[in-house]
Amino acid sequence: MTADDVILQVKGLTAGYGAAPVLQDVDLTVRAGTIAAVLGANGAGKTTLLRTLSGLVRPSDGEIVYGGQPLRDVPVEQLVRRGMAHVPEGRGVVAELTVDENLRLGGLWRRDREDAAKALTEVYELFEPLAQRRRSAGHQLSGGERQMLALGRALVARPKLLLLDEPSLGLAPRVIAQIMALLRQLRDSTGLTVLLVEQNVRSALSVADEAVVMSLGRIVTATSADRLRDDEELRHAYLGF
Amino acid sequence: MDRFVFLTFDGLSKGAVLAAFALALVLIWRAARIVNFAQGAMAVAAAYAGYSVTTATGSYWLGFAAALVGGLLIGMVVERAVMRFVDHSSPLSEVIVALGLVLVMQAVLGMVYGNEFLPAGTPFSRNALSVGDVPLLSRYDLFVFGAVLLVLVALAALFTRTAIGLRMRASAFAPEVSRLLGVNVGGMLTLGWALASAVGALAAMLVIPTELGLHPHAMDLVFVSAFTAAVVGGLDSPPGAVVGGLTVGLILSYVSGYLGSDVTPMAVLVLLLAVLLVRPGGLFSSTVARQA
Repeated sequence: MTADDVILQVKGLTAGYGAAPVLQDVDLTVRAGTIAAVLGANGAGKTTLLRTLSGLVRPSDGEIVYGGQPLRDVPVEQLVRRGMAHVPEGRGVVAELTVDENLRLGGLWRRDREDAAKALTEVYELFEPLAQRRRSAGHQLSGGERQMLALGRALVARPKLLLLDEPSLGLAPRVIAQIMALLRQLRDSTGLTVLLVEQNVRSALSVADEAVVMSLGRIVTATSADRLRDDEELRHAYLGF
Repeated sequence: MDRFVFLTFDGLSKGAVLAAFALALVLIWRAARIVNFAQGAMAVAAAYAGYSVTTATGSYWLGFAAALVGGLLIGMVVERAVMRFVDHSSPLSEVIVALGLVLVMQAVLGMVYGNEFLPAGTPFSRNALSVGDVPLLSRYDLFVFGAVLLVLVALAALFTRTAIGLRMRASAFAPEVSRLLGVNVGGMLTLGWALASAVGALAAMLVIPTELGLHPHAMDLVFVSAFTAAVVGGLDSPPGAVVGGLTVGLILSYVSGYLGSDVTPMAVLVLLLAVLLVRPGGLFSSTVARQA
């Protein structure tokens, strides 16, 4: 692994909401163009990890290096300009805005208006159902459509690194499979890097290259997804199945 | 019948101003979920700025422009220097800070300009033009209608047709998600306050000449009526603010015309109470369930 390969490097990250830290001394390395799954039970700190990476939670200690640059004191709203997109848990569709407005919002910061419009068209081609519901308000969409919208909105920014929090939550298996297939396709065609937080271990491991298991705010193992999938003992020890 | 027609037109022109002022309340409510009780004092301060410029230059229109710009600036300063630092976990602290602002601003205005009513001029005649024998609207009333209509159309266009409007709406509905999408949410909040305060200043410039004149407390009663109008309209609905404003204007006009002007303040409060009891969300509130 060479230094240019690494898009995200986290060292000794400690963060939380009050006195007790949720994340403790987390080290993480993500290579560009891979899908890394962050697995673990409820309350393991997966969501907090993503929120700290995108600056919504300020770390009390440790370092985040993204694309070779330390991220300390970079405002949240600047990160998308550097190619980091975060699709939060619960999908973050703005319920009061239409599908089209939600999607346009994802590209408003871009100077290159022409390419922003092109990206929008591409997202509509990628997600057929969204194209048919451009004028519908966010709250009128089904769960699957909302996930498409949140994902599509992140893609309008043409990110290099996508932080994806529980995309499978509350969705039918068929829809989950579609989303996972799409992630794999994006990785292969655009070199997108994905940090995928999931409770649905099987789905996540079906697309991931690397896997990280968290427990009680710490990373307990980091290995290749294949190994975690195939090694029964390891799976048993960390994931309980 | 003539009297009824006269009162109706009078009520509509009063209502147009209330609509503008209610709209200012709605704008801040939508941007920050705060009922801005300092709106009246902020608008009066902007009107005093306009008065100073008009006195110095002799031009009504320069003063008018100064009041609008003053309104923008006052809104920005109030948000950046005060409201931003208020604890948002309890709505009560925001209300109390706003009321504190009212006291401070009114006291300062009184010290600088005195506590007497200052004459406020109008750019057009307030003599009503008659149709047949019935006096209907003055040129000034038409100016008021035109100004309020222009602001409404401009705001609607801003919010629905421009990128900045989309950012403002997104920031108000989902601040965290908006930040993740690269929107400067703090800046949008400041802009929301500035716009609302400018609309409030416009309402003050329009209404003060029709009342007793410029005074630190000139907008106190107008605020109560406009607040009622905003609540009738549902606080988060700009069209609701307009309908609410016109409704309150008409009621005020009929009550003062048929029952006497002594009872009008009470009529406003009765209406406010009735709406809060029967439909606390307001008549035009959106009932969209948020479940994202």
